[in-house]
Amino acid sequence: MLKIDNLHAQIDGKTILNGLTLEVPAGEVHAIMGPNGAGKSTLSYVLGGRPGYEVTQGSVEFNGQDLLDLEPHERAAAGLFLGFQYPVEIPGVSNLQFLREALNSQRKARGEEPLTGGEFLKLAKDKAGLLKLDPEMLKRHVNVGFSGGEKKRAEMVQMGILDPKFAVLDETDSGLDIDALRVVGEGINAIMRAPDKGVLLITHYQRLLEVVKPDKVSILSQGRIVRTGGPELAIELESEGYDAVMADA
Amino acid sequence: MPEAAELPTRREEAWRYSAVERLQGEALDDWRVIDIAAGETFRETLLIADAADTKPTELHRWRVSVGEGARCEIFAVLSSAEFARLEIEVTLGKRAHFELGGITVGGRETVREIVTRTIHAEPEGTSNQTVRAVHWGHGTGNFLGNIDVVRHAQKTDAAQDFKGLLLEKGASVNAVPQLEIFADDVKCAHGASVGQLDETARFYMAARGLSPDLARRLLVQAFLGDALVSLDDDETRESMMGIALDKVDRAL
Ligand SMILES: Nc1ncnc2c1ncn2[C@@H]1O[C@H](COP(=O)(O)OP(=O)(O)OP(=O)(O)O)[C@@H](O)[C@H]1O
Ligand SMILES: [Mg+2]
Repeated sequence: MLKIDNLHAQIDGKTILNGLTLEVPAGEVHAIMGPNGAGKSTLSYVLGGRPGYEVTQGSVEFNGQDLLDLEPHERAAAGLFLGFQYPVEIPGVSNLQFLREALNSQRKARGEEPLTGGEFLKLAKDKAGLLKLDPEMLKRHVNVGFSGGEKKRAEMVQMGILDPKFAVLDETDSGLDIDALRVVGEGINAIMRAPDKGVLLITHYQRLLEVVKPDKVSILSQGRIVRTGGPELAIELESEGYDAVMADA
Repeated sequence: MPEAAELPTRREEAWRYSAVERLQGEALDDWRVIDIAAGETFRETLLIADAADTKPTELHRWRVSVGEGARCEIFAVLSSAEFARLEIEVTLGKRAHFELGGITVGGRETVREIVTRTIHAEPEGTSNQTVRAVHWGHGTGNFLGNIDVVRHAQKTDAAQDFKGLLLEKGASVNAVPQLEIFADDVKCAHGASVGQLDETARFYMAARGLSPDLARRLLVQAFLGDALVSLDDDETRESMMGIALDKVDRAL
């Protein structure tokens, strides 16, 4: 479903991704762990097509399509969702307006009919309920004044509404309290666990992985995947740390 | 009298005029006079939009006196003409209020400007002016705002807020606030800032599937919104906003 091959990318002329290869078949959740500064967020931005992140070598195939050839909004319409490590505040634009425009833009790009106001509102309330987010918050401006945990929860409500084929979730668990972590983990399962969907789950902690059980776990270090294993690799990392585990690699 | 003689030359008036040469040949003494009786509310909107009867120079000069406890609300969108200028001279009576929401948008070599002179002539008057300017190409947006508070106009509360958004290099906005305050118990707030579209927000919006054009439209709408929040008429507000946004969309 997602096939990253020998990806090199730089920011401001500085190489951050350095020969990253990774494949996530449909139906799988693949966790990515790695030390601070390893390039995890950079990977998610490169996949999303963020301006300033320049791919110098390698390829990314998404459902048979050359992902790197698409504009950022076309990638979204193709079914890619980016959960941001730091969700962005947009003063003056309500969540409802933002998400309705976003969903209908995606539908239009795929040749589908737009949702009516009523249909959209019902969908939005449904997904807010799934993530136990007060639907009233959807009337507020995008992420403005949201607490760290609320922002992460709101990201997952967005994901529920947009219903992507593939999600790259960058530390969606950071900033969540223990109960919220479970709600968000179960939300990810509800929205993304399907035979035709896939997830790249970037995290520092084992706790989320106890809820969203990954099929594979990879370690990203210095811009490349240095080790891949099953869920036990995350447990090993949690108890021994990166230095010890990577020394074994 | 030769036209040139009517052009402003006096130095102390310089704040009023950004593009003096463009006023050549215009009837500068042509003021629309508006008197608002005590306790009344007066609301007016001005739309300078692309239309067959829009002239190259659109000069609108309004002289308003607001009676005791009365209210004057003016909302304006300046989105057409090579040179568009709304000039308001407002004199506030006791406990009178002046509300201005102004929007300028424009590209090419256009100049669009709002010029106000707010005279707090009696105690306890309030004024609130919010102007938002969105420009591109070599377009210019100006807000020249003078606030006079006379000596006995105690407890005056005057606020002016200007923000400019530049969509392309080469565009510019100017804010020239000028305060002349002779009373001592007065609140006077003014702010001015200029910026560009938030690139991080644009990427975030793109990542959710919004095209660059639609993302820009939403961000510009959010930016302009402040100027129309106190317009208490949804239909008028939406149509004014629509005119400004459509102008930006057509140009870029
Ligand atoms: N705009 C930039 N200019 C220069 N270097 C950058 C820029 N953005 C990121 N980097 C560098 O790229 C490297 C990878 O950053 P990235 O954010 O991808 O790390 P990460 O693995 O997500 O880390 P964390 O676990 O702390 O979130 C870091 O060394 C960072 O300093
Ligand atoms: Mg990161």
